[in-house]
Amino acid sequence: MAPLLTMTGIKKHFGGVPALRDASLEIEPGEVHALIGQNGAGKSTLIKILTGLYRRDEGEVEFAGAPSHLSSPRGAQNAGIATIYQELNLVPLRSVSENVVMGQEPKSFGFMINWPEAHRRTREILSRFGIEIDVTAPLGSYSTAIQQLVAIARAVSMDAKLVIMDEPTSSLDSSEVEILFGVVRELKSSGVSVLYVSHFLDELFQICDRVTIMRDGKTVGCREIVDTKKLDLIAAMLGRNTDEIEAEGLTELAGGSAAFDEVVLDVNHVATGPRLSEFSMSLHRGEIVGLGGLLGSGRTEAARSIFGLDPLTSGTLRLNGREFKPAEPSEAIRARIAFLTEDRKAEGIVPDMSVRENLTLALLPSLRRNGQIDREREKELVGEFIRKLGIKTSHMDQPIRELSGGNQQKVLLARWLATKPDILILDEPTRGVDVGAKREIQAIIRTFVDEGHAVILISSEFEELVEGANRIVVMHEGKSVSELTNPGITENALVRALAHHEDATP
Amino acid sequence: MTTVTSEETMRTDYTSRLKDHGGLIALAVILVFNIIVTPNFLQTQTLAVNISQVATIAIVAMGMTLVIATGGIDLSVGAVMALSGALAPLVFLSDFGQAYPVLGLIAALLFPLLAALVCGLFNGIIVSVLKVQPIIATLILFISGRGIAQVLTNGNLQTFSNPEFSYLGTGKILGFPFQGWLALAIACLLFWVVNRTIFGRYLLAIGGNERAARLAGGPVRGVKIGAYVICSVLSGLAGLIVVAINSASDAARNGNLMELDAIAAAVVGGALLQGGKAPIFGAILGAVIIQLVKYTLLANGVEDEVALIAKAVIILAAVYIQQARKE
Repeated sequence: MAPLLTMTGIKKHFGGVPALRDASLEIEPGEVHALIGQNGAGKSTLIKILTGLYRRDEGEVEFAGAPSHLSSPRGAQNAGIATIYQELNLVPLRSVSENVVMGQEPKSFGFMINWPEAHRRTREILSRFGIEIDVTAPLGSYSTAIQQLVAIARAVSMDAKLVIMDEPTSSLDSSEVEILFGVVRELKSSGVSVLYVSHFLDELFQICDRVTIMRDGKTVGCREIVDTKKLDLIAAMLGRNTDEIEAEGLTELAGGSAAFDEVVLDVNHVATGPRLSEFSMSLHRGEIVGLGGLLGSGRTEAARSIFGLDPLTSGTLRLNGREFKPAEPSEAIRARIAFLTEDRKAEGIVPDMSVRENLTLALLPSLRRNGQIDREREKELVGEFIRKLGIKTSHMDQPIRELSGGNQQKVLLARWLATKPDILILDEPTRGVDVGAKREIQAIIRTFVDEGHAVILISSEFEELVEGANRIVVMHEGKSVSELTNPGITENALVRALAHHEDATP
Repeated sequence: MTTVTSEETMRTDYTSRLKDHGGLIALAVILVFNIIVTPNFLQTQTLAVNISQVATIAIVAMGMTLVIATGGIDLSVGAVMALSGALAPLVFLSDFGQAYPVLGLIAALLFPLLAALVCGLFNGIIVSVLKVQPIIATLILFISGRGIAQVLTNGNLQTFSNPEFSYLGTGKILGFPFQGWLALAIACLLFWVVNRTIFGRYLLAIGGNERAARLAGGPVRGVKIGAYVICSVLSGLAGLIVVAINSASDAARNGNLMELDAIAAAVVGGALLQGGKAPIFGAILGAVIIQLVKYTLLANGVEDEVALIAKAVIILAAVYIQQARKE
């Protein structure tokens, strides 16, 4: 049988930065096909090209036996490609029926909506998936799972040949996941193909037929799921094996041999909610402790708990031996903790402010003199950091939004270094910056640690963790589950530690 | 090739200058128009009248600019004016005020401002602690504030004769109205606060990216409450000035529609509704433009209703220029 969808040699650039370098994807009719990859591997770009949100630079797409040149989501919908996004694009205040039939309402007399018919049709579609609900009630009155199923029902009612599900289970509980799987199987048996994007690898083994793996904008493999082990998938996603690591894996983070006798931070069974339920670690002076884990394992939440962003529901933090309970970031900053956040745009820079104003934002209380900001000292400090960190800016009063990502990141790093922290928490410090800036940032971190400070490092780049961290605390589903100690950590060992805990889940 | 590029740069320079100084250009146009068309425009008398009327708008618009800089809005300024304006005569006309005129006068100034401060605290706390959208949060006092003022005065017009108090609205320094100097002094103070103090830096950071400001240790709640308090106190002051000008307090009319004038002045002055900018002198410029348009139309016999339409056109133009600036 001819494949339903074939994408080959897809390339896509964004302003000179390649997002897709050689991506391909093939889906059979009636197949449930998984698409996996690390953050930034190019999954969503590929999907957006498929659904007409982006135009490809190069490559061929063939859908249902004909070359496809979609240029809008609506075109994709008409061609039979439906997408269920993480954030549902439905209208919560309107009834279930309205949401399902929207855009193709049954009419009477040619202009009035035939509501009894609309409700009947909606009930019929939903009952195919074993869902019996009041279709006249507002959609928003139902759980996320039901809303998601309604979105799928809507897709089916439009005679979709391919349904794309982007992280469909991320907000569902286990019984709801079962319902969703039932729907996926029902789709499959009626000949509809499903493209299933998820970072929960266990799910793939339950419902998928084949899996396509992407890394760095390329498709690196397509396998039958029955012939695959989870460890293979993780290794393929990371693109790692021992030979490669020895050949190229050096980062600027390696080194450092301080004696770790003084504990600066002690985290004991901390919980802040469902996404961080049991987190313990200790941190010594002159040490980098990595937090390892897959997406959604609670690494960022762990950092937030230490920085006073999420109140603790149980457990204790001890800072230099004394109990520490920050309620606001300002308290954590006063206690000499700094937190470089993952999302530079949303949580880091103030785009319209200058490099100078961004750099000193966390430092303001100590720049106060006679009720105003000591501008001389401010300029002196900013100039010093621009020199020391090699920040490329035409002038310290240039708006930060005009700087490159790497230089913005250096300004933010300087913002925290300027507060002279004892503990620096780094959440993906080198994401989205070019290779040169990446090494410079790593070197800055190394220097900071060698001066006797402590770092908690969250990174999806495993070589950063493996080479930089003295220890790695492995996180899984909101819990710290094990710890690896350097020397002796290899990427394989880390991958195995992650995979082991993946396997251990029921 | 080279000439083309330089022409292009010149053109972008020209358009960006137009966008950056649109307010000043508009002011110049209005002035020139008036000098030619309006009789007796170039007389100190005219200037004094305009200054005495623009001062209240300018004072409220500056407070509004601070609130808008946090990404918020304050609809209650007119109601706060009415409230504070109603309180002042109540204080100095009371038995206490009659018995001790000096203390009564001081109390008549401080007590209404204190009431305005409480209104600002109320707005600020609802916005920053209870996280209610500013437009809804300040709607509460917008509706109830004027009501309270009218209840306090039984809905009556309070007339009085108190020259000391009236100095606030009719006094002159160097031939110019006292409230004009007052507005200028407040502008200088607020300019310093915005550009030189930590409060000001946080204010702009919160409007520019609230999450980033909080993560950098910024006291988001305190700064937001501060902005609403300053805005309310300035509104209270404006309310006192209006009462002083008229030697009468009319709770039903004092500050009526002032929220619209103040928002318009702030926006014309260059404040961005999404926050992050606080052009204090821009607010004064905006207030002057709005006042002059009003005056121009009035002086040339155009009806009030038409003047309202003209005001709307100005706001439209200001918003258009803002959009263009954002690109």
